[in-house]
Amino acid sequence: MQAKRLITYLVLFCLAILMLMPFAWMVLSSFKEEDEVFTYEMTWFPAKITFSGYYRALTEQPFLRYALNSVLVSVIITIAQLITGVLAGYAFARLKFPGRNLIFMAYLAAMMIPGQATIIPSYILIRKMGLIDTFAGLTLPFLAGPFAAFMMRQFFLSMPTALEEAAIIDGCTRLQVLSRVVLPLSKPALASLGLFTFMGAWNDFMWPLIIINRDTMRTLQVGLAIMRADIYPDWPMMMAASVMATTPIIIAFLFAQKQFIESLTFTGVKY
Amino acid sequence: MRAKWKRLGNEQTKTAILALLPSLIIFCVFTVYPILYSLYLSFFNASLLSAKRVFVGFDNYANLLQNPTFQRAVSNTVSYTLGVVPIGIALSLLVAVLLNSKLRLQSFFRAAFFSPVITSMVAVSIVWAWMLEPNYGLINGLLAKVGISGPGWLTDPDWAMTSVVMLSIWKNLGFNMVVFLAGLQNIPREINESADLDGVNSLQRLICITIPMMRGPIGFAVIVSVIKAMQVFGQIYVMTGGGPANATMVIVYYLYQQAFEFYRSGYASAVAWVLFIAIFALTLLQNRLLKTEI
Repeated sequence: MQAKRLITYLVLFCLAILMLMPFAWMVLSSFKEEDEVFTYEMTWFPAKITFSGYYRALTEQPFLRYALNSVLVSVIITIAQLITGVLAGYAFARLKFPGRNLIFMAYLAAMMIPGQATIIPSYILIRKMGLIDTFAGLTLPFLAGPFAAFMMRQFFLSMPTALEEAAIIDGCTRLQVLSRVVLPLSKPALASLGLFTFMGAWNDFMWPLIIINRDTMRTLQVGLAIMRADIYPDWPMMMAASVMATTPIIIAFLFAQKQFIESLTFTGVKY
Repeated sequence: MRAKWKRLGNEQTKTAILALLPSLIIFCVFTVYPILYSLYLSFFNASLLSAKRVFVGFDNYANLLQNPTFQRAVSNTVSYTLGVVPIGIALSLLVAVLLNSKLRLQSFFRAAFFSPVITSMVAVSIVWAWMLEPNYGLINGLLAKVGISGPGWLTDPDWAMTSVVMLSIWKNLGFNMVVFLAGLQNIPREINESADLDGVNSLQRLICITIPMMRGPIGFAVIVSVIKAMQVFGQIYVMTGGGPANATMVIVYYLYQQAFEFYRSGYASAVAWVLFIAIFALTLLQNRLLKTEI
């Protein structure tokens, strides 16, 4: 029994080291000098810790602008998805109206459509609206989604209706019921959906790639990919940029592991 | 009384329409209309650069199926999927089974395996490109220390797809692991206890108890992974750009290139619809599995 435990630990440790190795390589390389990486003898540790890679990423590349664009885009999309998702989900779950089942079926079917299947017409549409290289163009198609409505509907259906009925008898309007009774009880679902949406928007790559031409409008993901396309690769700078792009999310994850895992897997059947 | 009910019903309809409207507008404009319009476009010879288009019937689909690069993209996507899914599922099942016992450092292990899932594909693809750099990268550096001269990885047509597969397995392992951990919790304790009494060893237990009991979660993870694998794009764009010599050309990268580098919107729409139908079928299968198994 003791030997078995030991083997379990050993296997897990080896695998965990393999999993963390790319991160270690990223962090250690980011502190190397620009030409230090071009030595034939591979070394893990920088000869002298330098921040010049970070300096170049922040000064020679509009890294901060990319990051700001990403934050703005992700925040706008997340807030909008929460609002539209709650409203639509509540309508599907609690209100009777003609065509409800039909529209809901259409939403369900649409969840099976991969984003790439609609990307060409969406691009043509955004271009016709004159929204290439704008925040509106980056966010508009993602301000609402069938998944958000579906998830909120499922959550509302799992809630008892007694409180809401009492509030209506007391003279609340539907909107008041939603904002004062239902939403305060929906915090876990909102957090889950919000986190999931934020991560999706933050990591989205193909849409910003095609909708943005101007350097200053690029999101972090597109900006990073463009740095990589340089024929003279400045690896320490790229690693520094990757460190800066990933650590905020990793730190948030370490503090809220459970929420992240739940949100990305149980919400994330769609992912 | 009846009239009052009717009025209430009408009011409810009004409220519902107002609540649904923002979501419904975006849904119609950016999902319903585009999917129908891309079907329409797929029957035309159309370009993103001009408004002129010529109806060509099923020509785009016929050309597509005969195009050697598209055929290459399909076969590459299949081999990518066959590389990523079985190995990825087996590894994450192994990790989940190991993690499912009472262990110290459990949350450390879970975090270590899950953190690639939350980081951006572009960033980790750049890190992997640097790890796999032939002359100065980590992997060949480590191989050199034990006397092996490593391949050019991303620049070698024989190794480029393997490189992308390795990255993708690493990136998604944590996702399936969590799905399996949840599934393992649902195996009744009595079954494992009676297996212990009967002196069943670990391997027998894995094959005869765990895997059969986990049919549902495994089936689910397989289909989700296959759907994800068919949409592979970011790592290809960053690491190889479909090369060398189309060795990593996959369906979505082909679609991207045809539409946004060669501006062939009609032809690329046909690609989009072929992909859509394949994924739609898989998702239907997944929903059936979800209903019957989980």
